[in-house]
Amino acid sequence: MAHSAHTEHAAPAILAEVNPAPLPRAILVENNRSFNWVTEKICGIIEGPTPRWWWISFAVSCFIASFTVLGIVYLVSTGVGVWGHANPVNWAWDIVNFVFWIGIGHAGTLISAILCLLRQKWRTSINRAAEAMTIFAVVCAGIFPVFHVGRVWFAVWPGYLFPVPNANAIWPNFRSPLEWDVFAVSTYGTVSVLFWYIGLIPDLAVLRDRFLKTGNKVKSALYGFFAMGWRGSNRHWSNYEMAYLILAGISTPLVLSVHTIVSFDFAVSLIPGWHTTIFPPYFVAGAIFSGFGMVLTLMLPLRAIFRLEDLITQYHIDCMCKIILATGTIVGYAYGIEFFIAWYGSNPYEGFAFINRAFGHYAWAYWIMITCNVITPQFFWFKKVRQNIVLVWILSIFVNVGMWFERFVIIVTSLARDYLPSSWGYYSPSAVEIFTFFGTFGVFGVLFLLFIRFLPIMPMAELKAVMPQADPHAGHGDSKH
Amino acid sequence: MADSIYGLMARFDSASEIFHAAKKVRDAGFKNWDCITPFPIHGLDGAMGVRRSHVPKFSLVGGLAGFTTGMSMIWFTGAFDYPLIVGGKPYFSPLFAFPIAYELTILFTAFATIAGMFILNWLPQHYHPVLKSDQITRGLDDTFYVVIEARDPKFDLIRAKALLTQSGAKEISELEA
Repeated sequence: MAHSAHTEHAAPAILAEVNPAPLPRAILVENNRSFNWVTEKICGIIEGPTPRWWWISFAVSCFIASFTVLGIVYLVSTGVGVWGHANPVNWAWDIVNFVFWIGIGHAGTLISAILCLLRQKWRTSINRAAEAMTIFAVVCAGIFPVFHVGRVWFAVWPGYLFPVPNANAIWPNFRSPLEWDVFAVSTYGTVSVLFWYIGLIPDLAVLRDRFLKTGNKVKSALYGFFAMGWRGSNRHWSNYEMAYLILAGISTPLVLSVHTIVSFDFAVSLIPGWHTTIFPPYFVAGAIFSGFGMVLTLMLPLRAIFRLEDLITQYHIDCMCKIILATGTIVGYAYGIEFFIAWYGSNPYEGFAFINRAFGHYAWAYWIMITCNVITPQFFWFKKVRQNIVLVWILSIFVNVGMWFERFVIIVTSLARDYLPSSWGYYSPSAVEIFTFFGTFGVFGVLFLLFIRFLPIMPMAELKAVMPQADPHAGHGDSKH
Repeated sequence: MADSIYGLMARFDSASEIFHAAKKVRDAGFKNWDCITPFPIHGLDGAMGVRRSHVPKFSLVGGLAGFTTGMSMIWFTGAFDYPLIVGGKPYFSPLFAFPIAYELTILFTAFATIAGMFILNWLPQHYHPVLKSDQITRGLDDTFYVVIEARDPKFDLIRAKALLTQSGAKEISELEA
């Protein structure tokens, strides 16, 4: 029959003797808030009137996004020649921007999947927004490989990217890492959306019922449709949690494989500076580094605007800064090892490629990269820096800039100076390329603003589950309710 | 009497209260009953006697299907339908086919997992007596409910009410079918 839970938690006798110092668990929700406070706070953002800053930001984002639209329309109607690519640099900003955006997405999956498996409970207050960031970053990334084929319909039909037989009945070349990339990125985008949606279901149900109560039947029906009739049943939670765990379990190898395969685009080729085995781990670390930079860039303003200090605490910011520090240091180490191997490998072309990166025509880009990626994160060793929110935000921007330049340095310097001096060149982007890339920030902004206006920016159910009141063994008899 | 109602819905105000109430309802031998909670409570499955989820079986089938699809698609296109020598490489090799088979394993597993979750939970189910109750708003916010269905063979209105009261329910209401 029902037995007492007290006996299960009897402390070992030795503890009384050694009297260990208490190690408090980090508080994830400050000020001892109630469950209802969380619901009101998160739903209040959606239910309240649209703030003026939102409309202003939305208008600005739409304007910026129009640059991408114009750039793409011009590209498709004229041809890929409108981009600045020419021999020998036939891959340039398009793939730089693609890798940049894909990399940013990786932090979202890291937070939602890897930190879930590692039971890092602090992920709960940032995972929803970070996953949204992932999806929107993949959208921005996808623009470049799809449109770099020029006549974009050829990507799908007759199948330059996807395996649909073309006019000569030839299939895509599955031996090529570029084809692997198509599958990696489309799988990544799809699984990210699925994972995000599954996380949203319980929260959409909350909004459904709240809108029904206030008489807004249209919104209630819309949220209700996507909530799938969720009713908080524990028999459902049991399957739900298992599904969530499995999705986290498969997203972890997925996120690692995506940037690994992206790095294969380079590592499998024979270009000096690309043909290195260090690329997969180095790219993954760089991706997580840049992604956390973007998470901070987005979350710190949200925290200030919506007064979310109780949910995104200093502890959360500390954790993110430390991940940036760790991954940034890995990236810096990889830069060093690349140089070492270039020298140690005694391949003159490889050696030249690296000397050329640091001291050649593109040295300016190389030193921007080193400054932003190697020096910037080192500031996060200091608690004073991590506690200065404005400074953290500025440093996070530097991380984003640095990681864009990393891809630029890897891709452009290696192609501009390969084996034969007779085929050397210097690449500069065309105005169309610059516009298209600039506009993707607007595309991202539009999507992210729509997200924070219409969807709960934090997973309410998960937040509640990490609060101290959620532990059924927490307060026998002296429950705070 | 018991035919006209769907069941009883009893309110509890904290996670530990519903945890202990769930144990009592389980030990009383009920089968068709449930807990409504705003978030998954750690250990409540055990307290309710809910068995381990069957979702992983769906995932396994999905994963195997994905891997097979990837490998066979690449074999079919490269070695069977239109063999074409590219870069002096073999028509088919599991090595170059692996990255895509790996990605499809994950893709199919994700779809199968979610399908499994929906199938096992009988979702979408937009109509349910619990959803008709206006208490559901609080049940997804900060309150916890035990629902005992009238179709349970052990269900007897008066005795079920007594059990819930004895388990510490703050308020008991009857749910319309």
